[in-house]
Amino acid sequence: MYQKDGEKYFIVDSHMHYWSAGPDNWVKGAEQYAKGWIECFHAYQGLGPAETHWPIEKFMSYTEDDLMKDVFADGHVDVAIFQPTYLKEWYTEGFNTTERNAALGEKHPGKFIANTRFDPRDGDIGIEELRRNVERYGSKGVKLYTAEWNNGSRGYKLSDPGAYRYLEKAQELGIKNIHVHKGPTIWPLDKDAFDVSDVDHAATDFPELNFIVEHVGLPRIEDFCFMATQEPNVYAGLSVAIGGLMHARPKFFAKVMGELLFWVGEDKMTFGSDYGIWEPKWQIEGFVDWQMPDDDDLSDYQKLTTAGKKKILGLNAAKLYDIEVPAEFLVPAQAGTPAAQDDAQLVSGS
Amino acid sequence: MTSTSTDSRLSGGRAPVPPEGGAGASLAGTALAALATVRDPELDEPITTLGFVASCVVSCDGRAVVRLRLPTYFCAPNFAFLMVADAYDAVTAVPGVQAAEIILEDHFASDAINAGVAAQAGFVASFDGEAVAELGDLRAQFLRKAVMAGTDQVCRPLVAAGVTPAELLVLTLGAVPASPQLLRLRQRRAELGLPAGDDAPLLIDPQTGERIAEASVPLHLRKARVTRAGLDANTSICSGMFRVRYPDGWTA
Repeated sequence: MYQKDGEKYFIVDSHMHYWSAGPDNWVKGAEQYAKGWIECFHAYQGLGPAETHWPIEKFMSYTEDDLMKDVFADGHVDVAIFQPTYLKEWYTEGFNTTERNAALGEKHPGKFIANTRFDPRDGDIGIEELRRNVERYGSKGVKLYTAEWNNGSRGYKLSDPGAYRYLEKAQELGIKNIHVHKGPTIWPLDKDAFDVSDVDHAATDFPELNFIVEHVGLPRIEDFCFMATQEPNVYAGLSVAIGGLMHARPKFFAKVMGELLFWVGEDKMTFGSDYGIWEPKWQIEGFVDWQMPDDDDLSDYQKLTTAGKKKILGLNAAKLYDIEVPAEFLVPAQAGTPAAQDDAQLVSGS
Repeated sequence: MTSTSTDSRLSGGRAPVPPEGGAGASLAGTALAALATVRDPELDEPITTLGFVASCVVSCDGRAVVRLRLPTYFCAPNFAFLMVADAYDAVTAVPGVQAAEIILEDHFASDAINAGVAAQAGFVASFDGEAVAELGDLRAQFLRKAVMAGTDQVCRPLVAAGVTPAELLVLTLGAVPASPQLLRLRQRRAELGLPAGDDAPLLIDPQTGERIAEASVPLHLRKARVTRAGLDANTSICSGMFRVRYPDGWTA
């Protein structure tokens, strides 16, 4: 938890990783991709404050002790949600698997939620694996990379029949939250991996599931906003938005926040540090201190209240994952500011 | 890191042309000017101001070699392909250039893109079995975003000066005070084949070219604003990544 100016914040880091990306885990013949991937991630860290940068060696292979210190001891986080990323075509043991995450989580009861993943192109075997993971790790969420390579295929859409079959099965198994990676760093070829329209279809057809669009659709924030404003079960995952912009480009961070608050609203925005890309400490402290600047060209954006910050930093994700939050951290039901653009008619009627 | 020699690297606002006398140097300057017409389709900025041109050399017999570099190893190959192909077209169109080689460096798909552009093979053929459509639609889609972002750039000062939505609705391009932003907006609209003349309405649907309905003006402006915010945020991230990767290379 984090306390500032007499206010207490319950922190859920809803998007973080425990990866293994050193040369010992690179697939023979795919070394350039494994190396390129982790170097690309490392460059993202360069967008945070200089004193939080790590050497590439640590970045490839940070330890359990590093994670526990950075996220919990120093990082104010109460509950962290692992989002796995497999990339087994490049990393022998996987980049960041459900098993690896869960093994760490089991050593620290109550600290972690282990999400799992699926890939509709894995057929029946994948469904079986999903069932095993849900049973074994109690996963309530999945992280999906629609642009991941798989056996010659360069990606899929959430609206594909194969994906619907998996979504149905996931729902049946008790999965509630679908985190979809719609953001930078996984390459699309002609398949436009940044396109968020597949989430739109799936969100409409699976109203019981929540769809958290990670990285808010960058570089398609506008498409994401138009879609999210019409779908009550679509959320904005702020990973990369805070880490990549708040320090490096505060002016543009303010604009992105202004747009998200307007179209999506503070009740449907969730904080995620994207650790180990960025440590949560500076992001949380900076976000609590952050306010929409008084600049003229930002004057039509709303301010963010303390209640709004509490929701974004933890309470919204706690609701999605049924995390019990002590009363001292809660905000009154009506506190804060709803999205200015709650009226879907404004968009659909255009 | 890039393999270009230090004297041809970008430094501050200096042009990436090596100090070399004679016809080659003058041609290189012309080639560089031609490269300034090539834009990153996603960021809507010239590749020269983005720092993406690492070097541009033209030999005395008119053989041009251009080296390009991008913010990350994994920048989207479709956009990368468009930039390399556009650079090839721009440089080969320069009078006096007999042949051009465009080399995208430090990218996971460098080989496929460089070879594909050199062979004038198109995107699908360059990524055999991995791509099914050429990139015209993608380019048009991002041009429409540029039109929306440009609409915000032009309309914001007007709104701030007290122009009402009803007044904006009837405003024509010719009636808007001249500005670099207006010029840019007209150019983008013209590229898409949308009305761009003096009589054309300022507010149009970038898909159809139709005038915006009065009731939709506030929403249209909101959409323009968020599109520009997204473009700016994207450019911020890309420029930040580029600077981390090539600390001396960012000039915009």
